[in-house]
Amino acid sequence: MNRLTLVRKNLFRKKTRSTLMLLSIAIAFLLYGALGAFNQFWEDPPQAPTRLVTLNKINFTQPLPYAYYNRLQSVDGIVAASHANWFGGYFREPTNVVTTFAVEPESWFTVYPEFDMPADQRARFISDRTCMAAGAPIAEQYGWSVGDRIPLQSNIFTRADGAEAWQLEVCAIYTSTADTAGAGAVLLHYELFRETASFGGNSLGWFVLLTEDAALNESVSRGIDDMFANSSAETETSTEAAFNQAFLEQFGDIATILSLVIGAAFVSILIIVGTTMVLSITERTKEIGVLKTLGFRNNAVFGMVLAESVFLSLLGGLIGLGLAAGLLAGAEAGLGDAFPPIVMTVEIIGSAIALMLVFGLITGLIPAASALRLKIIDAFSKG
Amino acid sequence: MTALYTLTDLSKRYTRGRESITIFEELNMTIEQGEFIAIMGPSGSGKTTLLNLLGGIDRPSTGSVECEGVRVDKLSEGNLARWRSANVGFIFQFYNLMETLSAAQNVELPLLLTNLPAKERKRRVRTALEIVGIEDRAGHRPAQLSGGQQQRVGIARAIVADPKVLLADEPTGDLDRSTADEVLETLQLLNKEMNKTIVMVTHDPAAAGYASKELHLDKGRFVAKENA
Repeated sequence: MNRLTLVRKNLFRKKTRSTLMLLSIAIAFLLYGALGAFNQFWEDPPQAPTRLVTLNKINFTQPLPYAYYNRLQSVDGIVAASHANWFGGYFREPTNVVTTFAVEPESWFTVYPEFDMPADQRARFISDRTCMAAGAPIAEQYGWSVGDRIPLQSNIFTRADGAEAWQLEVCAIYTSTADTAGAGAVLLHYELFRETASFGGNSLGWFVLLTEDAALNESVSRGIDDMFANSSAETETSTEAAFNQAFLEQFGDIATILSLVIGAAFVSILIIVGTTMVLSITERTKEIGVLKTLGFRNNAVFGMVLAESVFLSLLGGLIGLGLAAGLLAGAEAGLGDAFPPIVMTVEIIGSAIALMLVFGLITGLIPAASALRLKIIDAFSKG
Repeated sequence: MTALYTLTDLSKRYTRGRESITIFEELNMTIEQGEFIAIMGPSGSGKTTLLNLLGGIDRPSTGSVECEGVRVDKLSEGNLARWRSANVGFIFQFYNLMETLSAAQNVELPLLLTNLPAKERKRRVRTALEIVGIEDRAGHRPAQLSGGQQQRVGIARAIVADPKVLLADEPTGDLDRSTADEVLETLQLLNKEMNKTIVMVTHDPAAAGYASKELHLDKGRFVAKENA
């Protein structure tokens, strides 16, 4: 036996209470780990340093004239440009949402060089307007293979010919060699979309541009936006990261909401665990008196009580992080079609462990201080 | 015999509200090495307070408590804790064992304050349990032991660090006559065979009969009575 044995034995003397406290802390860190991973993704979405996105200054849903595309390509510092339209796709049922972009295939793969697929599939997709390219996650989700014909419908657009769906052949299934937003989307030909959609075909949703150097991003962005200033469709050009963030923020200020949820959970659990720890130590007043009588010094008793709460916090926290990792892994399949996996980074794990230590110290401080101050005489008269 | 404790002009006063209660006033006392003293007296006479002062878990209002030249009443909290662990073994009326620890682990507690290796600690624990005759219950928790067995574990815990003095506060107060006699015989054995100085507070004249000296505390004074 050593002092750690004593700490461990004291911690689990009331198994139900200890289990409930562990569970509370585990839930707090489950939230911290899982929501923290989402939060980080929201605040720092994947990006390429030289990729810019130009969209309508009003908002993401407002179109831009096709004519802008040619003018953009003449801006100094731009080495490649492409465009996309949001299609609002679904497969068979509106609930089977399929993130779909109508794009110009060749230039799209130029601005997204990380999208990878066999050369023959790529050539087939580029050359055939009735083809679609599917990101590997969405193809896997619906069990699509190259050669399958897929009826794709839109919750925004209808076909000019009155048909319900766009019958497209899966000509390519692509993966991404980088964590890129949109790496799991379905791509269809803009030309097909333009010719078959009952409206919206003569305008573009957004432009994706590659600059020569990340240092030019700011001047290029300003140059583009100045070019279209005071026009009927003013533009706003930003880095891919800012664009992704703006896209995600259409769902609300998620980062703030997540921070508030995590904060509220932590404060609640801090109060519960802190109160329980105080009660637990109060119940052991006489035992603390005995330890001191035997010769345990005040600092040693203080340390042992503090160690109990830190140990509890670390154990519960690590269980919570483990659960969060499992939860994120489980959620990956559902979220994987449009975005790369959302994972707990080393920073999140590191900050969680630091938080566990702080949490343990805070919840243990009051009971440890009480134990430190407790006089032996009082311990026996109270106990 | 040489003096182990010397108490000089010892006073102890408590304040309860506006009232000041005097327990002793200028009490003088010497405890010789190897004595087995039973302190008796009416409730509230200060028997336990005296024991606490001897054990360094309470401080006198005035006067001094000296043990082998060390002014116990002057030691800092930290030094007092160290002094207690090295010199004093405590035996309580209600045993005060840690309910989550086994008998052996309870006995080992004072040794955690030493630098002894685990193997040596285990050896000493086994020896202490053998002395009190409870080695076969080493792995049992307090709740699995009878009152007499728990008190034996308490005594083993008190002697495991080989202190000079054992301070026992009503050690048989919670035991039946026959178990109490067994416990008192163990204390007597520790006194006679291992030369442990024992100061025992008791209400029980039969228990006091096991001591070599009885002291009756009354109105802040001792009345000595030598036992045969």
